Amino acid sequence: MSDALFSDETLRQMKSAIEEYPSRASAILPVLQLAQKEKGWISPETIRFASELVGVPESRVVECVTFYTMFNQQPVGKYEINVCTNISCALVGGEEIYGHFCKKLGLKNNETTKDGLFTVRHVECLASCGSGPMALVNDEYIEHLTTEKVDQLIEEWRRKG
Amino acid sequence: MEKVITRNWGKPGSATIDGAIANGGYKAAEKAVKELDSKTIIETVKASGLRGRGGAGFPTGLKWSFVPQDTGKPIYLCVNADESEPGTFKDRFIMENDPHMLVEGVIIASKALNCHHAFIYIRGEFFQQTKIVKQAVKEAYAKGFLGKGIFGSDYELKVTVHNGFGAYICGEETGLINSLEGKKGQPRIKPPFPAVSGLYNCPTVVNNVESLCAVPWIINNGADAYKKTGTEKSPGTKLFSVSGHVNRPGVYEIPLGLPLTTFINDPAWAGGIWKGRKLKACIPGGSSVPVLTAPQCEGVNLDYESLAAAGTMLGSGGMIVMDETTDMVHMLKILAHFYAHESCGQCTPCRTGTHWAYEVMSRIDAGEGRMEDLDLLIRIADGMAGQTICVLADALAMPIKSFVPKFRAEFEAKIKRKAA
Repeated sequence: MSDALFSDETLRQMKSAIEEYPSRASAILPVLQLAQKEKGWISPETIRFASELVGVPESRVVECVTFYTMFNQQPVGKYEINVCTNISCALVGGEEIYGHFCKKLGLKNNETTKDGLFTVRHVECLASCGSGPMALVNDEYIEHLTTEKVDQLIEEWRRKG
Repeated sequence: MEKVITRNWGKPGSATIDGAIANGGYKAAEKAVKELDSKTIIETVKASGLRGRGGAGFPTGLKWSFVPQDTGKPIYLCVNADESEPGTFKDRFIMENDPHMLVEGVIIASKALNCHHAFIYIRGEFFQQTKIVKQAVKEAYAKGFLGKGIFGSDYELKVTVHNGFGAYICGEETGLINSLEGKKGQPRIKPPFPAVSGLYNCPTVVNNVESLCAVPWIINNGADAYKKTGTEKSPGTKLFSVSGHVNRPGVYEIPLGLPLTTFINDPAWAGGIWKGRKLKACIPGGSSVPVLTAPQCEGVNLDYESLAAAGTMLGSGGMIVMDETTDMVHMLKILAHFYAHESCGQCTPCRTGTHWAYEVMSRIDAGEGRMEDLDLLIRIADGMAGQTICVLADALAMPIKSFVPKFRAEFEAKIKRKAA
């Protein structure tokens, strides 16, 4: 097992996560979440690493990576823009906001810009129904979106790089 | 009405342990740990009539009483904070505004169950809420309210905060248990029920966040005091999260039994339909429950029995309100997509039924539907409902079987428009 795959701090957190459960296998999700936090996606190397660390077959890890939709199975942009298009957001313009993100960035669902800055997805309900339209961008909820606000955000993120 | 769940929201520092203690927090937990035995706690919660606030409405105390205490195996408590039902965002507000009320509820429930390791399962998208709950748990350990010898007693409780990562089905209790074991969150066949064989095949209780947050108040004030609010069969208060075409979307604590139209129109709650428009339809309890037309909303009260009598359900209390301009065909297509996306794929009627329904709804919504599609949708729904391990298939069957007949003219118009 190559511990060099991850930083010392991430490794420490992974090992500490395993200690939280009566069964090591329960730590599959937390270990993969920590891996994705550092690397941005779950590579075949990460799957091998996690299976050895947690002590389960690789197939079991793959099952989780493919079942839970928040795991990225390929590299993604620096800004992961997840726009809710479910019913409550749709009632207040969520689909238009999703369309506006795609149009402004020239992307279709789950595509990433060539500069590696943006990935756009439409996602299901994020429990922000009273403050839609909204998007989960990396780990932050951005609520009450308008097309103007989307334009400003994209400009700001491009400026930051 | 005395507020049970939201009483500390907005008070300074209410999300911190010192703020929680200043607001009377942890008194009930200390009492439960030091003075009450398991049976007394369970009997008190049973007597209060508290019903599970996650959707099913099963009596909480009764659920606790099913757990066998003599198996020699550890007993586990799992908190269901995997809030993912479209229209529902109440547990998120609890975790943001008063995380210590949840921790206190966990301590009391654990004492009642003789549980020494509890898990709080939070949906993965709740990055910020997870931070808040983890901080609350950390603070509770530091004060000696969790860990070994809590409140100076010989009782020990470990709490682990665990994240899902994008799967609605993990809100189903056995899906949640499988997920906690590091597997796909696919529901299990019942029986055996989790009370007998749940997490790691040990006796397990899965409780919703809001249910547990009602428990400290009940321990402090007694079952009779709790029953003073609400109706005879639906006692207490309930959080409703309201979204869609209303002036004041948000989370409100109401006495069970409040008239539905009062909740929608009162300036203290949803504040009426936006833009001066009229009500067209309302889904009262989260996206999976049958929709009500505006006339059907009249005279209905927000409690388990009244909503059941009206042909729908209280569910999670995630109310979705639609004004007169709403395209009901498009809304049903969105719901069909959601359930097709979230089906775990384990049962054929759900795996194929949800996708088939979505395909049919897509062509109707695109103006390419056929009149016989409407009967086909009902047949698909009939083939799904009650035919699967969990109720995800029913969760789409119920919207189909309410949207199509109640708004049939609208569906027909969309089909005819293309034909013309």
